[in-house]
Amino acid sequence: MARTHSYAPPRRGLFTSRAWTALVVLTAFAAALPLLNVFVPADSALHVSAYAIALIGKFMCYAIAALALDLVWGYTGILSLGHGLFFALGGYAHGMYLMRAIGREGAYQSDLPDFMVFLDWKAYPWYWSFTDQWLYAMLLVVLVPGVLAFVFGFFAFRSRIKGVYFSIITQALTFAAMLLFFRNNTGFGGNNGFTDFKRVLGFPITAPSTRAALYLITLAVLVGAFIGARLLVRSKFGRVLTAVRDAESRLMFVGYDQLWFKLFVWVGSAVLCGIAGALYVPQVGIINPGEMSPANSIEMVIWVATGGRGTLIGPIVGAFAVNGLKTWLTTTFPEVWLYALGLVFVLVTLFLPQGLVGLFNRLTQKRRSAAEPSAPVVAASRPIGTQS
Amino acid sequence: MSDVIGFQAHPDAEGRPAARDGEPGYGRVATEGVDTSHGAILYLDGITVSFDGFRALNALTLDIDVGELRCIIGPNGAGKTTMMDVITGKTRPDSGTAFFGQTIDLTKLSEPQIAHAGIGRKFQRPTVFENHSVYENLELAMKTDKRARATLRAKLTGEARDRIDDMLELIRLQDSAVRPAGLLSHGQKQWLEIGMLLMQEPQLLLLDEPVAGMTDAETARTAELLNELRGKHSMMVVEHDMDFVNAIAGEGKVTVLHEGSVLAEGKMRDVQTDDRVVEVYLGR
Repeated sequence: MARTHSYAPPRRGLFTSRAWTALVVLTAFAAALPLLNVFVPADSALHVSAYAIALIGKFMCYAIAALALDLVWGYTGILSLGHGLFFALGGYAHGMYLMRAIGREGAYQSDLPDFMVFLDWKAYPWYWSFTDQWLYAMLLVVLVPGVLAFVFGFFAFRSRIKGVYFSIITQALTFAAMLLFFRNNTGFGGNNGFTDFKRVLGFPITAPSTRAALYLITLAVLVGAFIGARLLVRSKFGRVLTAVRDAESRLMFVGYDQLWFKLFVWVGSAVLCGIAGALYVPQVGIINPGEMSPANSIEMVIWVATGGRGTLIGPIVGAFAVNGLKTWLTTTFPEVWLYALGLVFVLVTLFLPQGLVGLFNRLTQKRRSAAEPSAPVVAASRPIGTQS
Repeated sequence: MSDVIGFQAHPDAEGRPAARDGEPGYGRVATEGVDTSHGAILYLDGITVSFDGFRALNALTLDIDVGELRCIIGPNGAGKTTMMDVITGKTRPDSGTAFFGQTIDLTKLSEPQIAHAGIGRKFQRPTVFENHSVYENLELAMKTDKRARATLRAKLTGEARDRIDDMLELIRLQDSAVRPAGLLSHGQKQWLEIGMLLMQEPQLLLLDEPVAGMTDAETARTAELLNELRGKHSMMVVEHDMDFVNAIAGEGKVTVLHEGSVLAEGKMRDVQTDDRVVEVYLGR
């Protein structure tokens, strides 16, 4: 039957033209900053300090991790309190390469990293094989978090572990990994982790041009991940994911097997988080088991909640806002930071269930009022941590 | 403790044979995978279910023809809901047989397997995906390859659009296509859920009190909807509301249940004048 009229919602582009403009302008602005650091002399008013570049680069890594967490939490309703583990594993995988790239310039002038010399090890353990190859290290960055997430997720989702139980297990997982990595004999530098990197792919790691390149790569990954996530959540697959979040049993009744949908987004999220960690380590210059502490993973959840879960811009805004606040507070009033973080979380939970993005939407909608029918805000407004 | 409630939480991976993977067949009596060569889609024979000594169903025997719209009425406790539970695999009978078509033994299948075999059940309380639009609800429900990998690549074809549009008109929600389902009225949600069930192309549709809680206008509209579906789908409607049953029964069969077995069966006007029926149910 040929129809002349369809009730299908009008086809829209990936973003509205205004959103495209904003995306391009923001990306161009962010991309200009490291160039202003490298090419503009330090006494110029337009010069951007190396400190600012390092800081924004770090925040962008956090933003990628927050985006990854939001895909599983905000869109699929799976609250992970262990995403810091995937972040740290990606960081360690890249860190192994960076440690070997130090060569003989360590304190003991050995082929082995200083911590291995200190342990009186004579050779690299087997799992350090090939890590002097950068490409192999990049493979590990993807595979280690990916395989761990797959195995863990397969059994957890198949057993229908949901809600708070799932969250607690992810928390335990990252805690167990932290204890493992704290051991010196695990072979990852114990509580000091990896640091004192000298170069990456032959470029001196502290040189402004190297830092600018790392920053630009991070920016590209962030923008790419944002667009990729947008493609995903607007697809039918994305609609199934939000249906998992809202009414999982109903979805099964309609004929979808939740296992593979959850597993796909869970593994994808872990890999993205690992990539964020791999970008983080050379820019910050250190990775240690502290990254796996439960508090770090919980902090990630707070970034997402503050920015607005169930939106894609929310986690990015949240990562910048909370970490901006953290940077300011830990330098001016270091002792109040944790109280402030707790306060932020309580206030957001009570008054901004949809985060800063929800607040922004409410303000702009009020101003626009009845001028045009607004698109429904599909965002979770249920209390944090609940599912279905 | 009786073990009649054989509820299984896990849908079996093997499921039913992939007999339902034919081309979409909206709007016709779909019979692939179910052998209905003898004209009946459902046979219940001598079904007995006891809960701690109470016989909810007592040697119940009933069959439903392909394309039939069968109304089931009966006083509270007559066993109407238990019968639906047996058909959908939620409750296991102590004795008796339940066949879907000629070959599918419902007493041996789990709930998801039965759903997959082609029996759709509409529960009393509407459950739709509230954050999704009406259109998206129908899209998600539509019969198609629902595995993750296929879903990842899924594109809405023109044919699929037509089917959703047809369904929107049938359930009269075309003006609400882009609204979130959570904003619909109670009656509209019920229609949407019926629409979602129909999108899955079940061969037998079980409707448990579809007009409970509806306004009079909504009830009348639901009767209209079911009358439009008559002959295209095999349906079993359990209902208390006599006016509603009058509106949809027409010349079709009505079954009166009482104390777990069939008390009377026949056209509505015959049943209404049956002395035993008048005594236990209609007599006031």
